[in-house]
Amino acid sequence: MPLQSLDITRRSATTTQPPSARETTSVAKLIDISKCIGCKACQSACMEWNDLRDAVGDNTGTYDNPRDLTENSWTVMRFFEVEPNGKLEWLIRKDGCMHCADPGCLKACPAPGAIVQYSNGIVDFHEENCIGCGYCVTGCPFNVPRISKKDSKAYKCTLCSDRVSVGLEPACIKTCPTGALVFGSKDDMVHHAEERIADLKERGYQQAGLYNPAGVGGTHVMYVLQHADKPELYGLPKDPQISPLVSLWKGVTKPLALIAFGLAALGSFFHYVKVGPNEVDDEDTAVDAKARAKEEL
Amino acid sequence: MRADLIERYKAGDRMNHWLVAILFVLLALSGLALFHPAMFWLTNLFGGGPWTRILHPFLGVVMFVAFAWLAIKFWHHNVIEPRDRQWMKQWRDVMANREDRLPEVGRYNAGQKVLFWVMVACMIVLLLTGIVIWQPYFAPSFSVTTLRIAVLLHAFAAFVLILGIIVHIYAAIWVKGTVRAMTRGTVTRRWARKHHPAWVRQIEGGEGLGIIEILTNG
Repeated sequence: MPLQSLDITRRSATTTQPPSARETTSVAKLIDISKCIGCKACQSACMEWNDLRDAVGDNTGTYDNPRDLTENSWTVMRFFEVEPNGKLEWLIRKDGCMHCADPGCLKACPAPGAIVQYSNGIVDFHEENCIGCGYCVTGCPFNVPRISKKDSKAYKCTLCSDRVSVGLEPACIKTCPTGALVFGSKDDMVHHAEERIADLKERGYQQAGLYNPAGVGGTHVMYVLQHADKPELYGLPKDPQISPLVSLWKGVTKPLALIAFGLAALGSFFHYVKVGPNEVDDEDTAVDAKARAKEEL
Repeated sequence: MRADLIERYKAGDRMNHWLVAILFVLLALSGLALFHPAMFWLTNLFGGGPWTRILHPFLGVVMFVAFAWLAIKFWHHNVIEPRDRQWMKQWRDVMANREDRLPEVGRYNAGQKVLFWVMVACMIVLLLTGIVIWQPYFAPSFSVTTLRIAVLLHAFAAFVLILGIIVHIYAAIWVKGTVRAMTRGTVTRRWARKHHPAWVRQIEGGEGLGIIEILTNG
């Protein structure tokens, strides 16, 4: 829940430019999966900073706990046991909002100001404007937003917009013990990722690379992947983009539909003005009577 | 009842129709509120955004049930016949009030029948997709892809239905003497003979027509 802001790039269900006088540096979180040990300190830090407590879950035979993102767990570690090159690898990915440059949730949202995007790239939910329709769930290419069963509002990672706005790093970054999580300007993070990728390539991960998918305009949460050619190994979509179904639903078709309603009403009125009403007049009755008289003969 | 009047809708059918009509208006307003940002202010009519989201699906279910009752009762009147195709081919004559050139019309003309079936189709699509996207009860049990298809179809069916109702309302304004069929339940014989001659013949049993003619026209 951020403070009133003058650096809003986009605002949901708003067709005019929101306040955007302030320009802030584009920021990014970089998650280096090759350095993650799956300690879940980031999960704890997220809960602690945001005052969230999820219900105690159940064990499903994996380390995933909670099993999925929820309204109270804005980030979760997902564990994958894979054998990409005939060799067992344990890949651990910190899942959560990707903070897309082209956010599908914001595009789908019908409530003005329930979702905003700041000029630093953070996509934030303003729950006091949320109506609980769940459209953001349909818009998200990464299946991140969760609707609370308690208050029917949508929740997800804020990238600690409150901390970032006062010059602090997100809580998860602050707590990460291995340096797998780093935060800074997006340019710096891309540069840092390049160094990490060069290092990984040297160590035999020829397909190492940065996950910053262009299909959603790039993201403000990026991953260094050992196997960037196979993001599915980490449970990530290969080429995420706003679904064409959502674009069709929320694109140019809606204003066109409104215009069609207007034209139908206007066309009807003009038809009345031009052709006039269809009335029963004396002439009709006369014709009718004549025809009937003929029939009877 | 006056001799120059014919009953077209019974009291129950009229109340049923207006129940559907009122619910349709509420649903169109609350639906359009979430359809485009320019319409969001309509949520104020329903007590705000969350209340609009909460009320819309319940109203929708009630409308579907009320409409289903009406549709079942009028189903058999709306079966498309060969002469309806000819009527549709002559839509220019329809629009220009040249009814004398059209094939004889029964209880409903082809335009009314097509609208009936469009409404039946839209109502079914709206109910099924509406259940899928209904928060918080049913939506969580469907996949994101299913939700995406459902919201798109829901908006499309609503678009078609609203356009259809604009035509429906205008037709009632355009063809004078029509509205009383749904408000009073009766139409004049002259109206019925002009617009639905085959229907008049059917209810009058084809007999005694000459006498009625004399009675009504002096």
